[in-house]
Amino acid sequence: MTENSIINISLAILFLPLLGFAVTLLLGKKVKSIYLFEVFLISLVLIGSIVLAFNKLSYFIDDKIVSELEWFRLSDSLVIKLGFLLDNITVLMLFVVALISALVHYFSIAYMKGDARYNRYFAYLGIFTFSMNGIVLTNNILMMYIFWELVGLSSYLLIGFWFEKKSAADAGKKAFLVNRIGDIGMFAGILILFLTYNTFSFDTIFQAIGAGKLPFNSDLWLPVTGILLFMGATGKSAQLPLHVWLPDAMEGPTPVSALIHAATMVAAGVYLTIRIFGLLTADAMMFIAVIGMLSAFIPATIALTQNDIKKVLAYSTVSQLGYMVMALGVGAYKFAFFHLVTHAFFKACLFLGSGSVIHAMHHEQDIRNMGGLKKKLPLTYTTFLISSLAISGIPLTSGFLSKDGILASTFAFGSLTGYWIFAVVGFLVALMTAFYMFRLIIITFHGEPRDHHKFEHAHESPFVMAMPLAVLATLSIFIFYTPNPFSADQGWFLTKWINTPELHAPNATRFDFMQSEVVLETEPVAEHESTHGEITYSEKYTEAMHSAHYPAMFLSLFVAVLGILTAFVFYQWKKVDVDKLANSIKPMYNFSLNKWYFDELYHKTFVAGLLGISKIIYWFDATIVDGIVNGSAEVTRRIAFFTGGFDKYVVDGLVNLMAYISGFIGLIFRRVQTGKVQTYIVLVIFSLIILLFLF
Amino acid sequence: MNDLTYNIIFYLFAAITVLSAFFVVTNRNIVYSAFFLLFTFFGVAGIYVLLGADFVAIVQLIVYVGGILILLLFGVMLTNKITNVEIKSGTINIYPAVIGVGLLSGALLAALITSSWKTFPTEAPLPTTAALGTMLLQEYALIFELLGIILLIALIGAASIARREA
Amino acid sequence: MIEVGLNHFLVVSTLLFSMGIYAIVTRKNAIQVLMGVELILNAANINFIAFTRFGNFGLQGHLMALFVIVLAAAEAAIALAIVLNIYKTLSTVNIDEVDSLKD
Repeated sequence: MTENSIINISLAILFLPLLGFAVTLLLGKKVKSIYLFEVFLISLVLIGSIVLAFNKLSYFIDDKIVSELEWFRLSDSLVIKLGFLLDNITVLMLFVVALISALVHYFSIAYMKGDARYNRYFAYLGIFTFSMNGIVLTNNILMMYIFWELVGLSSYLLIGFWFEKKSAADAGKKAFLVNRIGDIGMFAGILILFLTYNTFSFDTIFQAIGAGKLPFNSDLWLPVTGILLFMGATGKSAQLPLHVWLPDAMEGPTPVSALIHAATMVAAGVYLTIRIFGLLTADAMMFIAVIGMLSAFIPATIALTQNDIKKVLAYSTVSQLGYMVMALGVGAYKFAFFHLVTHAFFKACLFLGSGSVIHAMHHEQDIRNMGGLKKKLPLTYTTFLISSLAISGIPLTSGFLSKDGILASTFAFGSLTGYWIFAVVGFLVALMTAFYMFRLIIITFHGEPRDHHKFEHAHESPFVMAMPLAVLATLSIFIFYTPNPFSADQGWFLTKWINTPELHAPNATRFDFMQSEVVLETEPVAEHESTHGEITYSEKYTEAMHSAHYPAMFLSLFVAVLGILTAFVFYQWKKVDVDKLANSIKPMYNFSLNKWYFDELYHKTFVAGLLGISKIIYWFDATIVDGIVNGSAEVTRRIAFFTGGFDKYVVDGLVNLMAYISGFIGLIFRRVQTGKVQTYIVLVIFSLIILLFLF
Repeated sequence: MNDLTYNIIFYLFAAITVLSAFFVVTNRNIVYSAFFLLFTFFGVAGIYVLLGADFVAIVQLIVYVGGILILLLFGVMLTNKITNVEIKSGTINIYPAVIGVGLLSGALLAALITSSWKTFPTEAPLPTTAALGTMLLQEYALIFELLGIILLIALIGAASIARREA
Repeated sequence: MIEVGLNHFLVVSTLLFSMGIYAIVTRKNAIQVLMGVELILNAANINFIAFTRFGNFGLQGHLMALFVIVLAAAEAAIALAIVLNIYKTLSTVNIDEVDSLKD
């Protein structure tokens, strides 16, 4: 397989879902089973992505395959290009997107059965997959922005899919608007980059930065640019303070939540940050780490008390994304991507599992009405349990590996810089994650059924729904990533498939431990080569990671088990009366239950503020602007009165005179107009002859 | 073909063309003038052949003689009552027309005879059909398509105009 | 005998043209007017072809002549349709009686 065929496959992967979208949307009303076409195409995409990943990882593992074509040319120095960039991260991400998208398609066949807009739903899934693939494949930030907005659009369409429900329509709008806020920042960042470097391509920009060219020739603007671009990620990945849309987005169909709001679209923000990692400075990374830490912590506390099965998972998603962002902030690039992949699988599994539960319970989402479902839904329960173990970080699961890596790197970061806060919060969040996930499991699946009527009617899902669950749960096992269940450092995922990217921000602006070796001390090249492929930037970082590894591992294992045990004590064995406990810390409980009053805060400040400003502007408009307008209208009216008199007597008199004269002349010439065409032609001929003889 | 033969044939066709055209415009019976028009078209086709335009000559025969002339005859028949044996048409504007046309043609003839045309030596004519076909489907493909559309529009338009109830 | 050249053809075409004009101007019957129009178009075609023969422009003149023939066909169809319509409306095809535009 050559580079060309790889490019061709990726083109097919990109455009097949678009074809599915178009066909399904156009024929949706006429052909009842057209959705099968979309499902077929997405299966092709899945196969293509597997072939692509296999070939890339076997034959081109160290190559970056780039393919560009000129889009339009403003001037010789200003050429806008479209292009693909295929490195290992791209193909892995493509595989994740294609796999989850395909599984969600299969799942939806049963889940959405009987919906009035069945085919349209599949069409929307198609355009979402198309735009997500576009984000993943692109090599320039302009194209990424375009697909970014397309993803936003498809997310909007899918969240508001049941737009008859007001809450769903509102949630769609909210997601769209909140995302726009982040995108403004991203757009500004793109403009800064374009003004400085005259290009959108990541590689060219990185090279220019590496060569010492900075935005506006100042050290200050590089971190600002990084943070502005990261704002886009904040919106898409639902990081604080723009996380408020994600829980509301659960109004959409549950498979959509699994696809978009758990596994792929929200990961786009992290993916963007991964792509721009090379230009982040220490300040920008610190900012990112803090945002990530807050986003990991606050939603985790909210998830502790939620009663809607999907809301719990939604906040858990925000929290896990916070983990990834924090990992990027502390420089653990590889673990961030690793966690992205593992999280995509087990969170999609959790969401699809919750979809299976909701389906079985006839669209009941409140976990207080569930219970005892273990007997009724054995397969759903098993897969849900495996994924929960993964997200809690229990050994033998993929989640343990990636989460442990992130925690270890926050640990190392603490020891290198002295900012221990990230490690502390990281472990706290791990504790809470384990707790709320098992709270969810115990209330939903264990114990006695609370709503007997619905319980009796519950039934295990059909094959198309069970199969995706099984596949995703299997992918949450460690063996796919590394042979060693306790450390991913030696596994192929981290050593072979992903390499730490070259950093391009000026040395002076990086963290100490991330400085280029060559600059720090003149090491022999061979030794430098030997560290190639490790997670590290410098010897110091390697050492810190190594020494952090075991403490972090045991500590994270400890907190995970502690969290699970607490959940069992509280909800399974009922040793502690939960309601009483909640009452005793009423303010805190309410604070968490009401999601830290974020929505209310935004409503009071931004929305109310906007309304206030609008009122002031309206008043200004109504009194001052309208006053001026009315005043000038009055003046005009007066003037018009005088000119009207002049017009009537003087001007009209002249005009009438002219008309009278014309009429008189017309009376004379009227005789020539016989109305016979042939007479006219004779006249024409004579005129022609006169002209001929004149010249 | 030597010069003499060529010349004789030319004068023959020119005479047919001009004379029958003269009858076309002077004959009072429309049916006769239609028949003379037929000879005019034949003559023109012959002139085309003399000028080496074989394809155009054939098209002239097919379209004009086979199509337009028949159309005109139909027009004659449809617009005159059968019982009206005298299918004749009067004339108007005779004197100004004769003067005007005479002057005009005189001026034109004078102009073209006095002006010195830049001519190129002529070679023996080649068959043109293949070359014309290539041009029609390559450089002039758009015009070709447009002509097709125009014909279609003319067809529909003619039908709709003629069918309209008075 | 003079050799037949460009001018000879042009003279023929001019004569055809003049007679076409004459027909248009003098005939009362609309169909004869149409015949005049056809004569003029033929005159133009002879010019095109003659210039192609004696000039040096490739075969574009022939193409033009073909286009003219096509358009003439379309024109004849439309014009006859109009004539039929006039006949239906006014029961005459004499153009000199068709002057209702005057009023």
